[in-house]
Amino acid sequence: MSQHKHTHAHGDDLAHHHDIHSELPPDPALRVKALESLLTEKGLVDPATIDAWIEIYESKIGPRNGAKVVAKAWVDPAYRRRLLSDGTKAIGELDFLGRQGQHIVAVENTPDIHNLVVCTLCSCYPLSVLGLPPAWYKSAPYRSRAVIDPRGVLKEFGLELPEHVKIRVWDSTAEVRYLVVPERPAGTEKLSEEQLAALVTRDSMIGVAKVKAP
Amino acid sequence: MNGVHDMGGMHGHGPIAAEQDEPLWHAPWEARMLGIARGMTFPKGFNIDRFRHIRELMPPHLYLARGYYDHWYSVCVAALLDGGLATKDEIKSGHAAPGSAKRNDAIRAEQVWQSQKSQGIFTREVATTPQFAIGQRVRARNINPAGHTRLPRYVRGKVGIVRLHHGGHVFPDTNAHMKGEAPEHLYTVAFSMRELWGQEASARDEICADLWESYLEPA
Repeated sequence: MSQHKHTHAHGDDLAHHHDIHSELPPDPALRVKALESLLTEKGLVDPATIDAWIEIYESKIGPRNGAKVVAKAWVDPAYRRRLLSDGTKAIGELDFLGRQGQHIVAVENTPDIHNLVVCTLCSCYPLSVLGLPPAWYKSAPYRSRAVIDPRGVLKEFGLELPEHVKIRVWDSTAEVRYLVVPERPAGTEKLSEEQLAALVTRDSMIGVAKVKAP
Repeated sequence: MNGVHDMGGMHGHGPIAAEQDEPLWHAPWEARMLGIARGMTFPKGFNIDRFRHIRELMPPHLYLARGYYDHWYSVCVAALLDGGLATKDEIKSGHAAPGSAKRNDAIRAEQVWQSQKSQGIFTREVATTPQFAIGQRVRARNINPAGHTRLPRYVRGKVGIVRLHHGGHVFPDTNAHMKGEAPEHLYTVAFSMRELWGQEASARDEICADLWESYLEPA
């Protein structure tokens, strides 16, 4: 179906399909609308299925899932041990595994170690526990600098770590997803698990922020 | 491929500019595009590695200028064209060519949650014993394939320590090209900042990357 086959060293022939963009309107809203109409006419997608996926990300999957994992680890030492030794299994106990989050490693921040998650090659993110990633996580500035200047990146988020703290950056190059377990803030001893979960932010589970006491 | 997508270590992309109270979608079409990509019928044998590879093949100026869900648009269109599921004219017009076949096997709304829960498992049995042990020094090989790879340029040729072993995982370099899953042992390898970026880098901080066995050699 291709009129001009480019030759690639690996014998695949995909790049030329992007040539179509010079013939399409620049406005993505128009292009996506046309694509949905076409696929619906051809029976390649059901608009109700599109609605169902949107609904899942709007109401079922989001950072509240990850926050529940973190709060449970804070109050339940046995769960914390299970989470750190086999994140997939421990998160499965709470039924939060799913697409882009079937293989999860939980990494714990301590007074000496601070973990930060990135995907330099695309935008891999632990969707099943954190929901859809924020735009900055998928952006070139974050993806490029998180691995060469993590301290500078954290400073842009207002987080300045002392020199003695070791920063460990996790570049999500495979299908393993990383969930940061932030430090429990001081002065929260009397809070319930539910109240603690409400303190845990998305950014703290990516590693660009700490959890603040209420 | 040594593409613009392989961003680790680049300068010049500007400040991170995190939005306060960012909405889930910045426009309704972003939500529709996510739903299309999750719910549409892809060509037989299509997989996430192929999705990523098609994204990498976007012309660099478009890759840098267009937003995330617009990348997804480009990938879905290229996948449809490549698999013969749609023609260029159909993509341009937004309508099926007269007389073209209509399918009825698209995933239904009531199957979506099951798909969310069950899809995306990439661990596989591997018959070989792992070549590397936790704590072992390894070097990321200096390879530069023109096809898909998940070995970022910034670790190639660098020495690190094996930290985790994840068992067998689908190998993207073959899977992206529909040449099979060819699973290999997958490891997390920790590289010191100084090994990656030189003596002026932090003596304390480190970068961990998940690397398949054939990306590595003993060091």
